[in-house]
Amino acid sequence: MTDTESPAVDNGVNIEALRGARQALTDAPGAAQFTWRASNHWVSGTHSSTTITDFFGLGQDNMHRVVHTIEADHPQVFASQDNGAAPPEIVLAALASCLTAGVATVASHRGTQLRSVTATIEGTMDLQGILGIDADVRNGFDTIKVVYTIDADASRADIEAIVAQSQKRSAVFDILANPTTIQVTVA
Amino acid sequence: MRTSVVVIGAGQAGLAMSHHLTNRSIDHVVLDRGEVAQSWRVERWDSLRLLTPNWMSRLPGYRYVGPDPDGFMTNLETIEFLERYSRRSAAPIRCHVTVEQVRARHPGFDVVTDQGVWRCDVVVAATGSSSEPRVPSLAAELPLRIRQLTALQYRNPRQFGDGEVLVVGASASGAQIADELQRSGRATTLAVGDHVRLPRTYRGRDIHWWMDAIGQLDERYDEVDDIVRARRLPSLQLVGSPDRRQLDLNTLVARGVSIVGKVMGVNGEKSQCSGALANVVASADLKQRRQLTRIDDFASAHGLDEAIPPPMEPQPTNFGTAPTELDLARFETVVWATGYRPTYRWLDRAAFDHRNRVEHDGGVCALDGLYLMGMPFMRRRKSSFIDGVGSDAAELVSHLHAHLDRRTRHVDTGAGARQLLHD
Repeated sequence: MTDTESPAVDNGVNIEALRGARQALTDAPGAAQFTWRASNHWVSGTHSSTTITDFFGLGQDNMHRVVHTIEADHPQVFASQDNGAAPPEIVLAALASCLTAGVATVASHRGTQLRSVTATIEGTMDLQGILGIDADVRNGFDTIKVVYTIDADASRADIEAIVAQSQKRSAVFDILANPTTIQVTVA
Repeated sequence: MRTSVVVIGAGQAGLAMSHHLTNRSIDHVVLDRGEVAQSWRVERWDSLRLLTPNWMSRLPGYRYVGPDPDGFMTNLETIEFLERYSRRSAAPIRCHVTVEQVRARHPGFDVVTDQGVWRCDVVVAATGSSSEPRVPSLAAELPLRIRQLTALQYRNPRQFGDGEVLVVGASASGAQIADELQRSGRATTLAVGDHVRLPRTYRGRDIHWWMDAIGQLDERYDEVDDIVRARRLPSLQLVGSPDRRQLDLNTLVARGVSIVGKVMGVNGEKSQCSGALANVVASADLKQRRQLTRIDDFASAHGLDEAIPPPMEPQPTNFGTAPTELDLARFETVVWATGYRPTYRWLDRAAFDHRNRVEHDGGVCALDGLYLMGMPFMRRRKSSFIDGVGSDAAELVSHLHAHLDRRTRHVDTGAGARQLLHD
């Protein structure tokens, strides 16, 4: 077997740089330790605003190109102002964004040209949990469903394999599928 | 005591190496803590049969010639098979010798055993890759009431009470153990992480017949795209049985086994299981399809389509949704079938890399004069199979022989003369 030469595809992913980074972080595992950060402040009612400025990785602090802001609120059915997406919706957005980035990266790695990628994402939740009506109902999603529609130079099986691999390599997929230790304290 | 080569381990890998050393008249001993095929005697469950058919039990100068080439050897038959091989090849085995330490002398080695020290030029570590169980650290967090054992300690369902059992791991070991426990009447739950699903037979042939025919088992370690990943692949989710039965999540569920995702956390009496199970299962089905397509392509290219049954699509894995939380109060016993790893505790630290792994290139270690045998995908995909140790030993013995020749040329003539006397 010889190394398969990837045909020239352009999904806007710099695959050579990613391969280089993988090798560099294999050789220097310390540089692979990242800390992602956000700061959140209350605006009014259920409305809060999160700013994302910097993160730690590759042995140092790194600045985002610009400061990113995410507004969050509750919808009007809960007598809120709907100044932003509801936090669970932001979680769904994070999952879909993470998976879609993975789809583009895996497709590029496998030499598959993408033409369009769309995902619809649904999380179902029984509000009897967060409202404390039924102690047996969990607060979070019961199930999350993501449906991809992908137009690409590949068979259906290859597309399914790309979507499967993007889940395997997704941070947010893992964050949601598996438990994480969370410590919330008061400074 | 002085010899040229000390082979540690008298299983299939050590015996195959010994055969090649004898053929080249290289003075050597094979040391084993027990007897020939020791791990087959003490570290296997009663019902275990080889995953590969009898005709694939091929060793250098020796092969299965019995009446059932398509059958699967039992554990006892495997022990007998290897014993006959060791007698036939007159391997210079010292049984019941425990290696305590291998010290590099640069050049050469001291092999310190409970029965004296062997001084040698070359060491072949043929102790295999399944010396101890790999158990996740969260095992320590399980309630003390729950009895835990590993696949290496599993013998048969009679070791268990009547209570529910959680088997963790769905490769060959875990799937077989869960199947056997459920058949014995014990309610069994199987926690499923990454696994390799394949049909026992496909288009009228055993899956290993196909993997051999298409050349997959001969793929070399320096030819595959990602050898690190290839070496980490879990064992095929298969069972060797007289009726060639299929073993997969569908057959387990049909028998009554409950399926959950990989065990990710323990919190008091609750265990959290991964919600990624659907993806794990979909990936296994997709990879199975890719493998079968490769077989179909081979069959077409070799004009076999008329002679064999047509392609068939295995049933997609389907068991509905699985809970992400387990109530541990239900379980009397947990069986960890989460893989195995080699142990080289007795080996000189100079052989290890910064990640504490023995550094080697296809079994040729970075530490001069040290060789490995029997590791997964060491030189070929079949390296850890009985059928794979022969070609690995043949290649390594050439390297080893050249190494010894260099040593005798460059070291004082006394050592060379001693070696000739030994020969």
